[in-house]
Amino acid sequence: MKVMVCLKQVPHQDARLDVNADGTWIQDGNIKFEINSYDTYALEEALKIKDAGEADVVVVSIGPDRVTQALRTALGMGADRAIHVKDDDADLSDTLGCAKILAAIAKEENPDIVFTGFMSDDGNFSAVAPMLAELLDLPSATGVLSVEVGDSLKCERELEGGALEVVELPKPCLAAIQTGANQVRYASLKGIMQAKKKPVDVKTMADLGVSDAGAGAVKAKIEKVYVPPKGDSAEILSGSTDEIVGQLVTKIKELGVL
Amino acid sequence: MENDLYATPEHEAFRDTVRKFTGEVLKPRAREFDAAGCPDKALFKKMGDLGLLGLRYEAEYGGSELDWSFSAVMHDELGRCDNAGVCMSISVHTEMATPSLAQFGTPELKREYLAPAIAGESISAIAVTEPDAGSDVAGVKTRAVRDGDEWVINGTKTYITNARIADWFCLLAVTDPDAGYGGYSQIIVPNNLPGVRVDLLDKIGMWGSDTGQIHFEDVRVPVANTIGDIGRGFQQQMMQFQDERLVACITGLAGSEVLWEETKRWCEERQLFGRPLAKMQNTQFKLADLWVELQAARALNDAVVKQMCAGVDATKLTTAAKVFSVRVSMKVATECMQLHGGYGYMKESMAGRAFVDSRLAAIGGGSNETMLHYLAKQLGM
Ligand SMILES: Cc1cc2nc3c(=O)[nH]c(=O)nc-3n(C[C@H](O)[C@H](O)[C@H](O)COP(=O)(O)OP(=O)(O)OC[C@H]3O[C@@H](n4cnc5c(N)ncnc54)[C@H](O)[C@@H]3O)c2cc1C
Ligand SMILES: Cc1cc2nc3c(=O)[nH]c(=O)nc-3n(C[C@H](O)[C@H](O)[C@H](O)COP(=O)(O)OP(=O)(O)OC[C@H]3O[C@@H](n4cnc5c(N)ncnc54)[C@H](O)[C@@H]3O)c2cc1C
Repeated sequence: MKVMVCLKQVPHQDARLDVNADGTWIQDGNIKFEINSYDTYALEEALKIKDAGEADVVVVSIGPDRVTQALRTALGMGADRAIHVKDDDADLSDTLGCAKILAAIAKEENPDIVFTGFMSDDGNFSAVAPMLAELLDLPSATGVLSVEVGDSLKCERELEGGALEVVELPKPCLAAIQTGANQVRYASLKGIMQAKKKPVDVKTMADLGVSDAGAGAVKAKIEKVYVPPKGDSAEILSGSTDEIVGQLVTKIKELGVL
Repeated sequence: MENDLYATPEHEAFRDTVRKFTGEVLKPRAREFDAAGCPDKALFKKMGDLGLLGLRYEAEYGGSELDWSFSAVMHDELGRCDNAGVCMSISVHTEMATPSLAQFGTPELKREYLAPAIAGESISAIAVTEPDAGSDVAGVKTRAVRDGDEWVINGTKTYITNARIADWFCLLAVTDPDAGYGGYSQIIVPNNLPGVRVDLLDKIGMWGSDTGQIHFEDVRVPVANTIGDIGRGFQQQMMQFQDERLVACITGLAGSEVLWEETKRWCEERQLFGRPLAKMQNTQFKLADLWVELQAARALNDAVVKQMCAGVDATKLTTAAKVFSVRVSMKVATECMQLHGGYGYMKESMAGRAFVDSRLAAIGGGSNETMLHYLAKQLGM
């Protein structure tokens, strides 16, 4: 069985984020990056399948040089191979562009299962996974909390209000994994050293025969990134703790939010 | 560390692993360890499973045969765990109590003690200091007298880190009182033997580590527990101190960097006289000045790591780095505490803790005066 895991490298959760000069993204020149948290759970699901039997786990990422580190970490955790789409133009893609590039790789790799994260910590679009499934014409599930692999892939999905749903996807299929789905393993030192010998294929959009992604194909353009201005509608409650709690409960009732 | 020395993908991936361990396992429990007065043993097992406890040691015993650059990355991350005591406890095990065993121990001794230490199944401590001998290491009096195939040990060691949680001590004892510097030996003494008694000490800082006084009364261990040759203990311990000092520099600096960041954030948020504290020139000058010193300390530490990796004698620079990084850590702690105002004086504040924690480095692992004395000698004075 082959499992493909799509990984995105995002700013580290502890990184200090400042908006860049032209207000279109953050200043990312001097900050630390890490694997998107959702994707680490996706990778863990793949590695669990590998632990349970035979599976070839290939991790894929689009991004500049620094992405090598995310891929090396994934290999250190136990993935078998990595594909790095290193192409300045690919980096400028919108979500659909990314999905097209990933689809081109999936077509070459023919995985039985594609795992992605449910969304990315930085972009929050939740768009690439369903687009990728659509481009590949694969059945898919999002917000997946656990999977059970057999002839098909049983996915437990998280719904509104804490409800759960189980869907069964015939393979090949795609599942977008939710955080908290599992206990993500560490790359042990031994794993990291073994990863040195594991292959990382570097590809460009041209190598993959993709021409309709990148800057030229962008449909959704980020207009502006900004920190919301401080409002003056905040009300500071005062008094003893009991009084404050009483006032707070009254306010919540007044607002009818519960 | 923006430095070629640590720039390979393996270093980076390794840093991620340690950072994840620090963030998920150590940081959330930092105050719990303070309350307990020590880290729990399960932490060591977890670190052993990840391969973190034998970075430079032989693969045969579970180590990874890497160089100091990996150790530096590890301690640079562990130093950010928000508990200097826990960090010290770990580094005592990895860099202060086991290097001599790894370098000079017999294969049998390494199988029995080093392999479980690397696996995180046993914890080690270094027992050198005595009530009447600290800086003057050659003044130790703990005596090991040979009786057939056994040493019979009597004496008292004090201020010993990991005193309670340790499974064994790397003990420096006098084996021949007439042999001068050739009369000391390093001996492994399990903590659970009859005649070993540990009394815990109450410290002003480093709350997350257990420091104790250890009494040895007619404690019997096999002579085979001697690390290296009998009579070479003093020299081997001097070498072991090199690793101890370097790790103290690295973890101390990492803690100072975290505190600096946290203080900057505090000053940006703290409003005084209608503007952020960070907008006052005094604050800016102080923080900028501390930043300069942090860069210098990092450069010096890196220079030592480079020498260690190259296998050249790093004694002079290690000694210099120890003196310098202590100064920087203490200064950062004092100034950051000041910038925190009254809050900095609270036990719950990172600055307040750093104020007491950083103080130790000027005393332990070779006090400032000892370092300067030693450096002066090396400089031909
Ligand atoms: C929290 C903590 C943990 C510790 N952990 C361990 C451990 O795990 N294992 C261990 O063996 N020890 C440990 N120690 C002991 C530590 O190494 C000693 O405290 C240190 O070596 C200083 O020795 P001392 O306390 O006997 O002070 P002393 O040696 O009595 O020093 C007193 C003063 O004299 C100064 N002095 C020394 N030499 C000179 C000189 N040549 N010229 C001028 N002044 C000088 C010193 O700098 C110091 O200011 C620990 C100590 C503490 C506080
Ligand atoms: C143990 C203890 C006991 C105390 N007891 C009492 C008590 O009994 N009654 C009471 O009322 N208070 C008490 N205090 C509070 C104490 O007076 C305040 O902590 C002190 O006035 C500092 O105020 P702050 O903590 O708000 O710090 P801040 O005012 O926020 O100061 C933060 C930093 O800004 C610096 N700063 C301030 N002004 C300037 C400036 N113009 N330019 C540059 N830097 C500046 C300060 O020096 C400090 O370094 C106590 C505090 C402690 C720790």
